[in-house]
Amino acid sequence: MIDFEVVNLSRLQFALTAMYHFLFVPLTLGLSLLLAIMESVYVMTGRRIWRDMTMFWGILFGINFAMGVATGITMEFQFGTNWAYYSHYVGDVFGAPLAIEGLMAFFLEATFIGLFFFGWDKLTRVGHLAVTWCVAIGSNLSALWILVANAWMQHPVGSRFNFETMRMEVTDFFSVIFNPVAQSKFVHTVSAGYVTGAVFVLAVSAWYLLRGRHVEIAKRSMTVAASFGLASALSVVVLGDESGYTTTEHQKMKLAAIEGMWETHAAPAPFTVIGFPSLQDRETRAAVQIPWLLGLIATRSIGGVIPGINDLVADGEARIRKGISAYDALQRLQRDRHDATARADLEKADRDLGYALLLRRNVQDPRTATPEQIREAAWSLVPNVPVLFWSFRIMVAIGVFQILLFAVAFWFASKRTLDRHRWLLWLAVFSLPLPWIAAQLGWIVAEYGRQPWIIEGVMPTFLGASMITAGNVWMSIVGFVVFYTGLAIVDLVLMIKYIRIGPSEYWRVPDIGAGHPIDGGMYYQTASARAGEARAAGSQ
Amino acid sequence: MPFDYETLRVIWWALLAVLLIGFAIFDGFDLGVAALIPFVGRADGERRLLINAVGPVWEGNQVWFILGGGAAFAAWPPLYAASFSGFYVAMFLVLVALILRPVAFKFRSKIEDPRWRRTWDWVLCVGGLVPALIFGVALGNLLQGVPFRHDAELRPIYEGGFLDLLNPFGLLAGLVSVGMLIMHGASFAAMKTSGPVAVRSRRYGAIAAVATVVLFALGGFAVAWWVPGYVITSPVDTLGPSNPSYKTAAFEAGAWLSSYKIRPWTTLAPFLGILCPLLAARLLWRSRDLAAFLMSALGVAGIVATPGLAMFPFVMPSSSHPNASLTVWDSSSSQTTLFIMLVATIIFLPIVLAYTAWVYRVLRGRVEPAHIDLNKQSY
Repeated sequence: MIDFEVVNLSRLQFALTAMYHFLFVPLTLGLSLLLAIMESVYVMTGRRIWRDMTMFWGILFGINFAMGVATGITMEFQFGTNWAYYSHYVGDVFGAPLAIEGLMAFFLEATFIGLFFFGWDKLTRVGHLAVTWCVAIGSNLSALWILVANAWMQHPVGSRFNFETMRMEVTDFFSVIFNPVAQSKFVHTVSAGYVTGAVFVLAVSAWYLLRGRHVEIAKRSMTVAASFGLASALSVVVLGDESGYTTTEHQKMKLAAIEGMWETHAAPAPFTVIGFPSLQDRETRAAVQIPWLLGLIATRSIGGVIPGINDLVADGEARIRKGISAYDALQRLQRDRHDATARADLEKADRDLGYALLLRRNVQDPRTATPEQIREAAWSLVPNVPVLFWSFRIMVAIGVFQILLFAVAFWFASKRTLDRHRWLLWLAVFSLPLPWIAAQLGWIVAEYGRQPWIIEGVMPTFLGASMITAGNVWMSIVGFVVFYTGLAIVDLVLMIKYIRIGPSEYWRVPDIGAGHPIDGGMYYQTASARAGEARAAGSQ
Repeated sequence: MPFDYETLRVIWWALLAVLLIGFAIFDGFDLGVAALIPFVGRADGERRLLINAVGPVWEGNQVWFILGGGAAFAAWPPLYAASFSGFYVAMFLVLVALILRPVAFKFRSKIEDPRWRRTWDWVLCVGGLVPALIFGVALGNLLQGVPFRHDAELRPIYEGGFLDLLNPFGLLAGLVSVGMLIMHGASFAAMKTSGPVAVRSRRYGAIAAVATVVLFALGGFAVAWWVPGYVITSPVDTLGPSNPSYKTAAFEAGAWLSSYKIRPWTTLAPFLGILCPLLAARLLWRSRDLAAFLMSALGVAGIVATPGLAMFPFVMPSSSHPNASLTVWDSSSSQTTLFIMLVATIIFLPIVLAYTAWVYRVLRGRVEPAHIDLNKQSY
């Protein structure tokens, strides 16, 4: 029997640890690329200040990176520890992108991050720049493969159920990789990461300008952040729209829930700007609507119909009934795996097997479900509409605000008057938390909006959990909460400490290998040569 | 497809072993160095020397473990599912250690306060010891078999608890693992540092190496006379679907050693596991640090390979329901997935090894104390 306490606790733990992990990931994505850009400017112009900028933002990057790596391990472990049946059921498809991520991306960023910090005096300028780019490319590729895996949970293509092994197996790996959902999600997510990096640099630099400290570095950093941020913020919205378009095609229920759209509307459907969706009454009250807009955005046509929640539930009910026949065939095959009729029956309906499994919430054997239970299971297809409705709207509002912020900052940066507009600097400082809020809300829309499925249409979330005791999960949840809170405090203390110290401390760090002219032909000594001198001076 | 299902399964069994050995060799030395910090490093400067010896490389090293987990997930989903959920508490402890380590490396030297730094030194020490111990204990329990079964839908159900893992043989295997990684970490520290730190590392390394050999040999005797092995008792279909319930299996005393009779070349693994640590101890004694480190690495490879080879084709035997045991022939991914993953590995693993080698070349030489003081970015 399914232990719902274990299921709910495991979901809570996954949500907490995933959201915590995603406090660090977007900043890693954005800062790694910003570091690579800054260092590229340094190598191209040879102007020392750009190297100091790279080093300073690199310190903050390093603190954040360690937390990202550390909390990422939890995510990989948890599929096995808390979602063992999920791992068994889809490991054949879902495991491959995760493993390739390690091989192709994570190795790259993790191996070169050490040289980024320790290689300044061991590598040539171009050599070190290459290392920095490897870190940036590694983190971005990492996001790509993780999102390929995630997209398969949203839109499971290229795979089929195999009754002999009781799991989903790959039939077409290329469609798993080139899943349209993966592509739009990847670009949307990394752009959001770039925005996070840009807002971070913008806000910290603005704070320096307000204090009149490190003005040269702060101004240049703001200029880079504003231009990079503007491009990224625009891309988040454009690709978020692409993401919405693929949702229309593949996750109709999620779209209807985001819009709080209970009834199918005649095309083109209106966009609800604001309203109060109610799960109990199954309606959205006091809706303020813009005619035509949703139909145009979501279907990119005037005639495309977007189904409402009520119609989708009715569809779901039909699929549950079809799924029951697949479930019945599967039971016959478990008694005799050579039963050819049962095999043919299963093949006819296996795409709906997952819908029959929804019944397992209340019935041990879906074949014995009453019409009442089937209707209830169909209604369980509806995610938490008000949460999705509001999360989505706040996320979009933040996105639009960020475009405006970067546009204004970019305008003044190009007129070289950034430091004269103190209101803008204060606005930048107070905008610091916004990209994180937007990213967390985006995660809620994508993953909470996927419920009740762990894999859309294939496996209900509650079936994926491990057969472990609730006591064990309580222990790990409490452990994580205590432990992660402590780490968060230490992380913040260190971040603030190093932001307060600022860049100046690092101006005298050992320079790149001897014999490489910097700043108009001056030569710097290597660290070991300096160390030798220091020793010689000490012994005299 | 150029490979049949049986070949692909054997290749992936070997690749999983390669990843675990890669993890033990690469991440093993930084776990060992971390465990030694409070003992080998007496003053703050000495401890920073040790930390900065592994500082630039531990992040990349840890990926061997992450990749091992990812490969198990992708190539052996039933094994990944049964072992990670079965060893829930043990895995949580490993996780805590593996999260604390990166953080400790990064955060320790960022604040100049003796109490702050001493605390993180002990965090690093425990963070190195706990995974070393638990991995050994886990392997020791896999050799004995662990209590689990499957329901009709092939859902793994574990029937033991965390404390059951801490049985005498499991703990012995845990101690072998700790001894081995301390030997390995100490030889790395001897190679990368100089002065009193290197001298102490050599001493700790030599002692740990001898202890490892004694414990490892003890483990061998236990397997010969005490720990029963498992055999498949039904006809084996090496090309069949991955469903463990299609076969039957049973205990058989001495079964683990018989595989060395069937495939005599596999005795190379325990041979290396005994000889190389002894050579490493001798080389450390004579301050030939690079050679000692290489010998230690070879010894680690031999020790990790020994139980894997002995158990073939079993990967996770079930002590409560032997028929539910997971073997190479019934717990892999589909042929398609194994093949795709193999292509990815053939392309990317050589690239990974190439740039890892380049990074180690750039960082060659001993760590200098003066250098740490100058470089504000060091740990």
